[in-house]
Amino acid sequence: MTETTLGLFTIFVLSVFIGFEVISKVSPILHTPLMSGANAIHGVILVGSIIVLGTGHGAAQTILGFLAVVLATINVVGGFVVTDRMLEMFKGRRTGSRPGPGGGT
Amino acid sequence: MNRVDTIELIYLFCAVSFIVALKGLSSPRWARQGNLVGAAGMLVAIVTTFFLPGLHRIWLILIGIVVGVAVAIPAARLVKMTAIPQMVAAFNGVGGGAAALVSLAEFDKSHSTAGIGTAAAVLFSVLIGAVSFSGSAVTYLKLQELMTGRPVVLPNQRLLNLGLGVAAVVFIVWGLTGSMAAAVLLALVALVFGVLFVLPVGGADVPVVISLLNAFTGLAVAASGAVLRMTLLIVAGTLVGASGTLLTQLMAKAMGRPLANILFGAITATPTAAAIEGDGVDRSVRTGTIDDVGIQLAYARRVVIVPGYGLAVAQAQHVVRELAELLEGRGVEVVYGIHPVAGRMPGHMNVLLAEANVPYEQLKEMDEVNGQMPLTDVVLVVGANDVVNPAARDLPGSPIYGMPIIDADHANGVVFLKRSMRPGFAGIDNALLYDPKTTMLFGDAKDTLTGLVSAVKAA
Repeated sequence: MTETTLGLFTIFVLSVFIGFEVISKVSPILHTPLMSGANAIHGVILVGSIIVLGTGHGAAQTILGFLAVVLATINVVGGFVVTDRMLEMFKGRRTGSRPGPGGGT
Repeated sequence: MNRVDTIELIYLFCAVSFIVALKGLSSPRWARQGNLVGAAGMLVAIVTTFFLPGLHRIWLILIGIVVGVAVAIPAARLVKMTAIPQMVAAFNGVGGGAAALVSLAEFDKSHSTAGIGTAAAVLFSVLIGAVSFSGSAVTYLKLQELMTGRPVVLPNQRLLNLGLGVAAVVFIVWGLTGSMAAAVLLALVALVFGVLFVLPVGGADVPVVISLLNAFTGLAVAASGAVLRMTLLIVAGTLVGASGTLLTQLMAKAMGRPLANILFGAITATPTAAAIEGDGVDRSVRTGTIDDVGIQLAYARRVVIVPGYGLAVAQAQHVVRELAELLEGRGVEVVYGIHPVAGRMPGHMNVLLAEANVPYEQLKEMDEVNGQMPLTDVVLVVGANDVVNPAARDLPGSPIYGMPIIDADHANGVVFLKRSMRPGFAGIDNALLYDPKTTMLFGDAKDTLTGLVSAVKAA
């Protein structure tokens, strides 16, 4: 795309600071959902996978790109679904418990 | 505004939604909504990408996505909460693999014209993405108990690592000149290294490795973003890199050991026999009956439950909650003492107990329960061992010396629910087991707890 290398580097450095700032406020109770949620977020590599497959030529790029799309989709979909299942269990416990210990679906 | 600018603007909103998702995790109340915001942002980002000019093979892309969804949805929906650590490891690994593949494919397209900066980003992404992929695969096998959870050290592993390191450096230097072959060879070396990297790490150290591999994948994605010159990937990957790094530091601190020792300890360390087996004096343990312990619990004023990986293995989280509620009904104060590295991933015990509807206000961190320990009548240790081993505090030379522990030995009484006298993961004897105030209840944690529930009811 269009950004200069220095522009990209600036964004990287600022993201490091935002990352540490936001993550250091995460409650220790939620460390597993944090890890799982972060997992889902790096599934954004699916966007990159779509681009390399969609703009690629030749067998090698097609195979690499297609595998990347499959793996990245597993990452992003699985990541968000598992995180949601976990967080569902943490919700609204202050006011009485839900009926039954069911948990998973 | 042209189409690409519009798409970039939409990507910016998506990046913000990821930050909102992580921010939501500062409180259990907003966490779920936050995650949904992140998921919505992700969906928008993916759909938007299809509108980029010059995109072909739409059908092939859609087929790939459908295949991925067909694998991921059942896996994520059907997985038991006790198997969460390996599921997270698996999702992390495929992300790392995807990042490495994206960089490889892009390099194949542009390697003859790529500058040294792009080549460096490609090689970085390939290296750590592939390490994350194969490392996560081994982690998955270990946690799923498809292979031993104990540290595995291959003969001459140090030499082997050194050889791989040299090969990696050669391929990186070669790859910087723009060679696609070098990038592919680097990927292969990285895959082997990922396996050798995780093999020597044993069960209880797995939380550290999972966090570290999570950081790796994040950084690999950020590097792929640099290759494709996409800010969205850089921001998202870096956020994950920061989160993984922080968690890794936290876990290492909670184990009181430097990171290098956790990762490579099995390769280099030779702990003294005395430190492992204690003082060698033949001691006996006191085995109690379920009824006695039931009475002990029923008439206590304060009980601290210390859960460990054994609780997850026995799937005893619901019974333990039942027991706790029963005791509370009798006026006993019950809290859970959560050690940061109990279980197989950061915060593992919290998720497990949340599944059983334990109110999260009852989940206390280590420092909080330790202050109240002298006022505690019974510490009920369910499937944990090393995290209450006083050797970590009192016995210099012990492999776990320096690890902060839950001071169960400062309470008036201790009850261990254990399957056997087998030492914990670290393979070290625990003097607390022989303490006169300790009672042992051998057997499956779930069965024993079920027995305790009846015993408390009868008391």
